[in-house]
Amino acid sequence: MTAALAKLGAVLDVLCPMHVILSGSGHVRHTGATLQKLCPGRRLTGMAVFDLFEIRRPRDLRTMDDLRRAAGSKLHLQLRDPPRTAFKGVVAPWGDGAVINLSFGIAILDAVRDHALTSADFAATDMTVEMLYLVEAKSAAMEAGRKLNQRLEGARIAAEEQAFTDTLTGLKNRRALDHVLRRTGRAGRPFALLHLDLDYFKAVNDTLGHPAGDHVLQRVAAILVEETREKDTVARTGGDEFVLVLQGPADPGRVARIACRIIARLEQPIPYDGRVCRISGSIGISLSGSYDSPDPGRMMADADLALYTSKRQGRARHTIFVPP
Amino acid sequence: MHGLINRAIECFVRDTYGDARWSETVRAADLDTDRFEAMLRYDMQVTERVLDAAAGTLGKPRDDVLEDIGTYLVSHPNTEALRRLLRFGGVGFVDFLHSLNELPDRARLAVDDLNLPALDLRDHGAHRFSLTLHTELRGFGHVMIGVLRAMADDYGALVTLDHKGARGPVEEIGIALVEPDFARGRSFDLGARAR
Repeated sequence: MTAALAKLGAVLDVLCPMHVILSGSGHVRHTGATLQKLCPGRRLTGMAVFDLFEIRRPRDLRTMDDLRRAAGSKLHLQLRDPPRTAFKGVVAPWGDGAVINLSFGIAILDAVRDHALTSADFAATDMTVEMLYLVEAKSAAMEAGRKLNQRLEGARIAAEEQAFTDTLTGLKNRRALDHVLRRTGRAGRPFALLHLDLDYFKAVNDTLGHPAGDHVLQRVAAILVEETREKDTVARTGGDEFVLVLQGPADPGRVARIACRIIARLEQPIPYDGRVCRISGSIGISLSGSYDSPDPGRMMADADLALYTSKRQGRARHTIFVPP
Repeated sequence: MHGLINRAIECFVRDTYGDARWSETVRAADLDTDRFEAMLRYDMQVTERVLDAAAGTLGKPRDDVLEDIGTYLVSHPNTEALRRLLRFGGVGFVDFLHSLNELPDRARLAVDDLNLPALDLRDHGAHRFSLTLHTELRGFGHVMIGVLRAMADDYGALVTLDHKGARGPVEEIGIALVEPDFARGRSFDLGARAR
């Protein structure tokens, strides 16, 4: 028996260095070198198998007979000693005892670190070292991909910050408007500023939802573009705020007609998904002709004042600012 | 050419000679970009131009630059991850040499569109080996000499290496292992991780 044990042990030491040979009484008679390395300072030979391992699955496995009956199926077990390394295992009956072969399974990364394992601790055919290679290679490749993504994201944000377009409506944004106003102011050409704030828009958003709100904003954008000329500028400067820069001699009568037409069109019901959205708009206007030396910043502030007059007077109307 | 290769050349110049030298190289090579992306692909022409430009700005023969790149890839702290991946190839230097045959396959496991030159290691006995490369990048054998020299150092082995020249796309390196355990070498802990 001892000679047979020695022979089997010698074979298993080469093929599977994480094996345990058990006697019929469930005591360890021999272990592979790697398993012994996992339990430094403890002599495994002679220990009862159930003192050495906790069998996690199948749960009701308590005796040597249970173990032998579980032959061939997968066991989940762990060392009772810290760091309670987990294994997968498989049992093969041998004589009146059994052999259990263990592997780390997915716990391998921790195990290699916890126990300072080296290539020599694995059988020559074991794929563990290849797997560790893959884990590192994958991490390195992921890291490179992550860095690329970070840089692309940075570039996207930078590009967005420099953009002149409001992505929802395709109109100019606040940045573009500032640019147009600076240029128009420098050129000294006459122009009119219309500051439009939608009325009842919040109600659309609140009752029909944001998609309906977005649809309305796109419809408003289309109306504003249709009611202005190529050389004019239409910008969305806030959630439901728009600014129009109308180029050319600003005759109050003509600008007032444009404002009225815009408001009338805004008030036409906008169908959305089987429902109808109703809004209107209030407009404040300032005209470069009203000033000795027109300053776009000042004109924006005055158009704002006029807008609030329109709001105060009951909305859905326009007001032209008249300097005192 | 894979971005990893171009990026390796860039990092070598930056880490060894500084960003100013890299900027000079970019200008000399007339590149559209001042940094390569490791995960993109570039025209083969670009790689050739960068190598020639680097040789010019560093004032060294192109073959020497290539060998220095090979050494850099294994020995610089910034490329520790790569050294570790190479060390997975074998427990000792001879073991590592034999793993070179599967290096292109290993590289593809890590990055599936990275095509390294086909490598063929022959063992002539008496500690003498030859390594044949089949490469589209002229002078890649010199990169391998740099890699092998640095890996020998890593394993603590003493070797002599010489480039036997090229016939078309085929280059050959002679390797003589003078002393497998010449020095202690650097440690390789399976469970450690490169940053």
